[in-house]
Amino acid sequence: MSQIEVKDLTYVYSTGAGTPKRALNCINLTIKKGEFIGLIGPTGSGKSTFAKQLNALLKPTSGAVLLDGVDIWRNSQTNPEFARGVRFKVGLVFQYPEYQLFEDTIYNDIAFGPKNMGLCDADVKEKVLAACKFVNLDLNLLQKSPFNLSGGEKRKVAIAGVLSMDPEVLVLDEPTVGLDPCARESLLEQLYRYHKEKDKTIILISHRMEDIAKYSDRVIVLSNGNLVMFDSAGNVFGCDKILNEAGLKVPQICSIMTKLKAGAIPDLNDKVLTVDGAVTELLKFV
Amino acid sequence: MLSNIALGRFFPGNSLVHRLDPRVKIVLVVVLLVTVFWANNYLALLTNLAAIFVFMAFAKVSFKNYFKNMKVILFIVVFTSVLNIFYAKGPLLFKIGPVAITKGGFDNSVFVACRLVMLILISSLLTFTTSPTDLTDALERILKPLSVFKIKTHELAMMMAIALRFIPTLLEETDKIIDAQKARGADMESGNALKRIKALVPILVPLLVASFRRAFDLALAMECRCYNGGDGRTKMKVLHICSNDVLAIFAVVAVFLLVLWSNFWALAVHL
Repeated sequence: MSQIEVKDLTYVYSTGAGTPKRALNCINLTIKKGEFIGLIGPTGSGKSTFAKQLNALLKPTSGAVLLDGVDIWRNSQTNPEFARGVRFKVGLVFQYPEYQLFEDTIYNDIAFGPKNMGLCDADVKEKVLAACKFVNLDLNLLQKSPFNLSGGEKRKVAIAGVLSMDPEVLVLDEPTVGLDPCARESLLEQLYRYHKEKDKTIILISHRMEDIAKYSDRVIVLSNGNLVMFDSAGNVFGCDKILNEAGLKVPQICSIMTKLKAGAIPDLNDKVLTVDGAVTELLKFV
Repeated sequence: MLSNIALGRFFPGNSLVHRLDPRVKIVLVVVLLVTVFWANNYLALLTNLAAIFVFMAFAKVSFKNYFKNMKVILFIVVFTSVLNIFYAKGPLLFKIGPVAITKGGFDNSVFVACRLVMLILISSLLTFTTSPTDLTDALERILKPLSVFKIKTHELAMMMAIALRFIPTLLEETDKIIDAQKARGADMESGNALKRIKALVPILVPLLVASFRRAFDLALAMECRCYNGGDGRTKMKVLHICSNDVLAIFAVVAVFLLVLWSNFWALAVHL
């Protein structure tokens, strides 16, 4: 069944001076529980705005976001607590989340979310430790100040701070920006493991097509606030024309395979998304 | 949500007021501000207000923006003028229940309200039509004589420029941090005063950390471009006083004299 349903979602920014900007334009889509969704689009296409709509940080100008069949802004006047409850179910990791750290110890910072949920100390501790395990954080660090960590470690703490709320849907806005290749890969692997083991829905925003292609079941393509495509990763990255028009590119390996098929190896199956997949296909011709 | 504040904003343009020499503009604004306090009867007040509106018309910035600024301090205006009503003696005007309104009190409150409004209009006129760079540049020049007392005027001006420059950046940053903490379930809209103040900690700490980080980054970037204070530094844009500036000086002096004359005229009539 569909977990998130977005209906005619439109959001207009009023910037005070000047003309209002249409950040999202009549978006319709449904996301099933346990899916790994990639969200791509050029800068300014409305990705971050869309993410904020999903966990009730921004109120749609028109249209609605349904979580488990219930409008997240239902009774927002009479019951503001409802929107807050939505944020516990839909965890949002912002760009550069390490800038939100504020507590004196790492433990307290990760515990901020669960404490806000009103859990008892024992439950909070359990959640914090579980979140640390998922992001592979050294437990000896927990009583240290988060401000003394390196950038990559801070990022882990910040992501653990959202994971500790154990959200049903996890939305990540470019979580790997500024990380070195190893840290990026391990972070994505950990997220993928979290998604698989707990059957959680993940929506990953990224500019790295390779990462999106590798992990996503389905991919949302946004451009100028419009939904351009929402299809399986294979189908989306098969349409390099549409992607190019939106200012995006297919993963390198896809264009290599397409070119090989067009030139040297006409019988090649070019519907692959990862380097490993390409190797398997190419080995058939060696 | 925080970025709608027009206070201290600059609206680029090419009007007569925009093109004035910023040094002249600052001095004239100070003169106008002083004039506001010299006006001590209704005629002078009216003259002063009319003159300010004429200047505003020359600046060609939408009047809406001035009123937006006004909204921010509306509370102070109302509060002080209401307070002033009760603190004066004189012939009784009318009575509302036990509250007696005297002529002196009424005059006082009108004057206070009008003066506050005029002060804001005048200072808005300056910030609306002068870019922060011009403003600090001019301040540096005006403060230059103070360097006799070993005061580093260039550094002062630079600090001011940086502070002005970072107001919008910090506002944006605050919005981001508020969103991030809300996403972790921070509750900022309910609870008593103490709870609300406590709820500010998760926002203020990252904000403070961020401003230090920015300050260090900026200092480094300035050093990379060989910035070493004001000594021996030349200006790319040298300020010149031209005929428009002279005209503006005459206009403001005229307003000043007109207000003074209105004061004396009223005295003469009374005598």
